[in-house]
Amino acid sequence: MEFGPYLMLAMLEGAVLAAVLALMASGLSLTFGVMRVVNVAHGEFYMLGAVIAWFVAHLVGGGAALSFVAAAIIAPLAVGVLAAAADITILKRIDYDPERTIVATIGLLYVIQQVTLMTYGPDARPVEPPFNSRIALPWIEWGEGGPSLYFPWGLSTTSYKLFVIGAAAVLILAIRLFMTRSRAGLIMRATQLDSDMATAFGIPVERVYAAVFGLGAALAALAGVLIVPIQQAHYLMGGDALLLSFIVVIIGGLGSMAGTIVAAVLIGMSDGIISVFFSPTLAKIIATLLVALVLVFRPQGLFGTRDR
Amino acid sequence: MSRIVALHLGLVALLLALNFLLPAYTHGNIARIMVLAVYAIGYNIAFGYTGLLSLGHAMFFAAGMYGTGLILRFSELSALPAWGVGLACGAGLALAVGLLALRTAGVAFMIVTLMFSQAVYLIILYFGAFTRGDEGFVIEAADRMIWGLDLGQPQVRYLAAWALFSVVLLISLRLVRRPAGRVFVAIRENELRARLLGYDTFRYKLLALVISGTISAASGGAYALLFGYAGASFATVQYSIFPLLWVLLGGAGTVLGPFLGTLFMFYLIDIASGLTEAYMLIAGLALIGLTLFAPQGIAGVIRARLWKDLP
Repeated sequence: MEFGPYLMLAMLEGAVLAAVLALMASGLSLTFGVMRVVNVAHGEFYMLGAVIAWFVAHLVGGGAALSFVAAAIIAPLAVGVLAAAADITILKRIDYDPERTIVATIGLLYVIQQVTLMTYGPDARPVEPPFNSRIALPWIEWGEGGPSLYFPWGLSTTSYKLFVIGAAAVLILAIRLFMTRSRAGLIMRATQLDSDMATAFGIPVERVYAAVFGLGAALAALAGVLIVPIQQAHYLMGGDALLLSFIVVIIGGLGSMAGTIVAAVLIGMSDGIISVFFSPTLAKIIATLLVALVLVFRPQGLFGTRDR
Repeated sequence: MSRIVALHLGLVALLLALNFLLPAYTHGNIARIMVLAVYAIGYNIAFGYTGLLSLGHAMFFAAGMYGTGLILRFSELSALPAWGVGLACGAGLALAVGLLALRTAGVAFMIVTLMFSQAVYLIILYFGAFTRGDEGFVIEAADRMIWGLDLGQPQVRYLAAWALFSVVLLISLRLVRRPAGRVFVAIRENELRARLLGYDTFRYKLLALVISGTISAASGGAYALLFGYAGASFATVQYSIFPLLWVLLGGAGTVLGPFLGTLFMFYLIDIASGLTEAYMLIAGLALIGLTLFAPQGIAGVIRARLWKDLP
């Protein structure tokens, strides 16, 4: 394959990663924005989404499409309820102290991961996509008679991958509308701005926190359901995903939703492209060092504004 | 001699006496626990006394381990100077990381240290030609000699681990009772107030981090020498979480806490791994339980209930 089509292929793969990452990172960003806590167990909620999708696919009959829809409903609900329960039983008790929350969610990470290992096992297992037709992509070539379209061998994507990109975009738009237009979103934003004042106005802040924590986890689970037909479900898949979402949320500016989306596209695309042309390990080294330096020298993120 | 000094010397003497009493399996375990407890003591200087919650101490442990191991593998130096190089690597890395990371605080500090540590882990993997990546490499028995003594031999290994542990324990006891140690605690309790009192808190935090990193590297280098293996798994996030867990369990900001925590957690995980493959479940439950119910840890409870002056 020539360079042009090759680059386009890398960008398509990057776009799929960016879409899933944007969804997952918005969950992390939402939790941080409203509650001011970092949820280290976020990657495990993503993993749970993928693993639940596998279980659903094997328990619900009636074909890949039906079980996919079932998984897309059941997995976020189950994970959201689990996270809200963890919030009430653990985080509420330690008063959302930022440092202790990190230690507790590290504990939660190991508990979820290891219980999955005990029940689901150490194997990586695939889930069949609901639809998966191969789509060949055209490339423009300048020949003697002007530009012409042709289909280079190997330049193709699947309908499912395009669906993932579209679905993530729709979901992110829906969250945006939910936060800006709905009453629940208004309450969440009020809590984010000033939780004491919100309490004074009769907002049940603790219930808002539980809901936000659950919603953030549900978004991660949904990202897990979307990715599992492309990647296999494995009990350790949360680690890399968590690291990437951290990178995205920090580069985008902690708690800023718009910045998170921009950073997800940036990181996802560049990770896809760099990994194709260079060593993936080198790409990760550069990304992690970059994040550390961004936090040191520009703690508000590349796109964020300073705290009031 | 005060009761406090007597208590710590008593522990050192007890561990020496155990060398002659313990059955072979426990003997080996305690040697390992003493080396890992040195790591926990190092972590405790930063986290327990100065309040710097780092999630990346594995990079200092790994710096000591690989500094020592790679020198032995690729040069003619003998064990003791190689270990010295490992210490220097840890100190240098801690200084560099500290100069950058200490510009942040709290959650940002945790994430910055986590990211630096992850970068060190990835760098070890990237240079797999030298480090043999995840697989790691074995350090030849011929390289593990100090003054004609074979460190791989159980008696020598135990006594070497004991000597290192004793020295580091007494150093940490001395440190926290000296003015510098008091300033560390002042920073932990209220950094702004410490600064208002005229202390350059940045320099003290940097000092604490360098001491902490150097002790962690001493433990990593000793681990490579005594157990003859260096591998990238020791640089993973898990090995940054372990000292946090040990110190929380034993009691953050106590001199004996790191040893107690390492001892209990080692056996807890040892027993759990006999029962299930998912032994890290115990670590997870312990972390949650400790944050919820016993943030002071074992020695912290003793200090609160029984012995107010326990350092």
